[in-house]
Amino acid sequence: MKTNKGIAYTVSIIITLLHILPFYLLLTTSLKPVTDLSSKWRLPTKIDFSNFTNAWEGANLGRAFINNFVITAFSLLLVILLGSCAAYPLSRFQTKLNKGVYTLIIATLIVPPLTILVPLYQFYIDINGMNTYWGVILLHVTFSLPMAVFLYSGFIGTIPRELDEASMIDGLSRFRLFFTIILPLLKPITATVLIMTGISVWNDYQFSVFFLQKVDMRTITVALASFFGPNTNKISWVAAGSLLAALPATLLYLFMQRWFISGLASGAVKG
Amino acid sequence: MRMSRNSPGWLNLMYVPVLLLFALFIYYPFIQGIRVSFTNWDGFNVNYSWVGLDNYVRMLHDKNIGTVIRNTLIYGVGSTFFQNVIGLMYALLLNQSIRTRGLTRTIIYLPAIVSPLIMGYIWYFFFQFRGGALNDIVLLFADKPINLLANPHANVWIIMAVNTFQFVGVAMIIFLAGLQSISKDYYEASSIDGAGPISKFFNVTLPLLAPSITINIVLNLIGGLKLFDVIIALTKGGPGYASQSLSTLMYKTYFGAQDAGYAAALGNLMFFMIAIISVAALLFLRRKEIQS
Repeated sequence: MKTNKGIAYTVSIIITLLHILPFYLLLTTSLKPVTDLSSKWRLPTKIDFSNFTNAWEGANLGRAFINNFVITAFSLLLVILLGSCAAYPLSRFQTKLNKGVYTLIIATLIVPPLTILVPLYQFYIDINGMNTYWGVILLHVTFSLPMAVFLYSGFIGTIPRELDEASMIDGLSRFRLFFTIILPLLKPITATVLIMTGISVWNDYQFSVFFLQKVDMRTITVALASFFGPNTNKISWVAAGSLLAALPATLLYLFMQRWFISGLASGAVKG
Repeated sequence: MRMSRNSPGWLNLMYVPVLLLFALFIYYPFIQGIRVSFTNWDGFNVNYSWVGLDNYVRMLHDKNIGTVIRNTLIYGVGSTFFQNVIGLMYALLLNQSIRTRGLTRTIIYLPAIVSPLIMGYIWYFFFQFRGGALNDIVLLFADKPINLLANPHANVWIIMAVNTFQFVGVAMIIFLAGLQSISKDYYEASSIDGAGPISKFFNVTLPLLAPSITINIVLNLIGGLKLFDVIIALTKGGPGYASQSLSTLMYKTYFGAQDAGYAAALGNLMFFMIAIISVAALLFLRRKEIQS
């Protein structure tokens, strides 16, 4: 049994190093001046933060960060609100109609946005949704909802129905019951939805590159991609910008990971 | 009183906003996409004409479509296979009570938090021809650097591996959640029956992980078959059509060649491929779950 532990430790250390490797390369690249052509494996001889300031100014990352924050915050708010409200009746009242609606919502998971890009793009021109916050927010919300409804209804299924009945005998309406009893109980799964949706919206490239083409409306990924042409020698800037872009989502995850995992366990696996 | 206890009242209508959003931004465009695929529309002009099945016939005769479909399948099925096998091994390892497990789990999951486009750039720094990290090592042993991203036999697999690397942590977390929901009683019972570790894995662990396996396979299939950002970051689908997937080809056809009708037809092909493969996988796996 003891030797098993030894192997487990060794293997887990090797795996850890392997998975850190790309981040190590990103860090060394981002700290070296553009003119430094030494191996990426080597740490920089002196720490140079100029790439961060250059990337920030050159790609107008400040503006891109604001765009990302606005889009992510409103998308999250809507996904959590619409997702939890839709999941409650679907999980609690499995009438024929509701079962059909549930299946329809989950089945929508298999429609990736890219498969309907051509008509969606045209539709957005028609409704003047191009280069607008609301346009891209509604897209993120729509395409995040199937997963959110799936997780929420799985989780609501693990909350005993007796709780609903007891509070209704106490005279609560369904409406009050949902907002005062059920919604607070949904915290762990809300954390999971928050992280999954937040990260995918924050990191999005597909929607942003098609629907936010105006320079002022660019999100971080689009701003970075505009740096990264085939002839660019500004790889260090891209690396620095990438590190900055990854920071908020990483902090969100590290801060909330405990709830994230317990929420996944009850919402996706048991539900 | 009985009415209000057994029916959700107007709360039942709370899924209507979701259905409205779907109708507006998914179902309606989807139907429009089918219509556009029967036209020769260029994406800009008001004038276009109906061409019937021409776009689909053209697809059948497209000499590159075979490569593109094969690549799409490698990205989808290949990543799914490796994410599940490696993710399960990681989960089994990190379900043991070793002290470093929390840190290792977090680090394995970390790439999933980074944008796929940025993850593509990071691996570009590794594989790039001039100044790439890989070639720094290669040049110690050989006198010429290797250009794997321009190599049509290698780049498809590199893209698949990068996608696997990025999302193996998600598979691992879902497997860990599944493992932790298995009651210890099952293992004790099988110990009494004299089962060894291998027999325990196949008779207890694997069957009880069935729901986790189903979720992982379906999500990974959908994610891999629609892969886009990583391909754009690493090869832009090239050289030629070598690493192109249906998604990048559709993008190129629509914005590059201004051929909206054909692009819509490619989008529809992609949708039906994803739908058929993931629904088939789901039905197959659900049947297994019920048996176990």
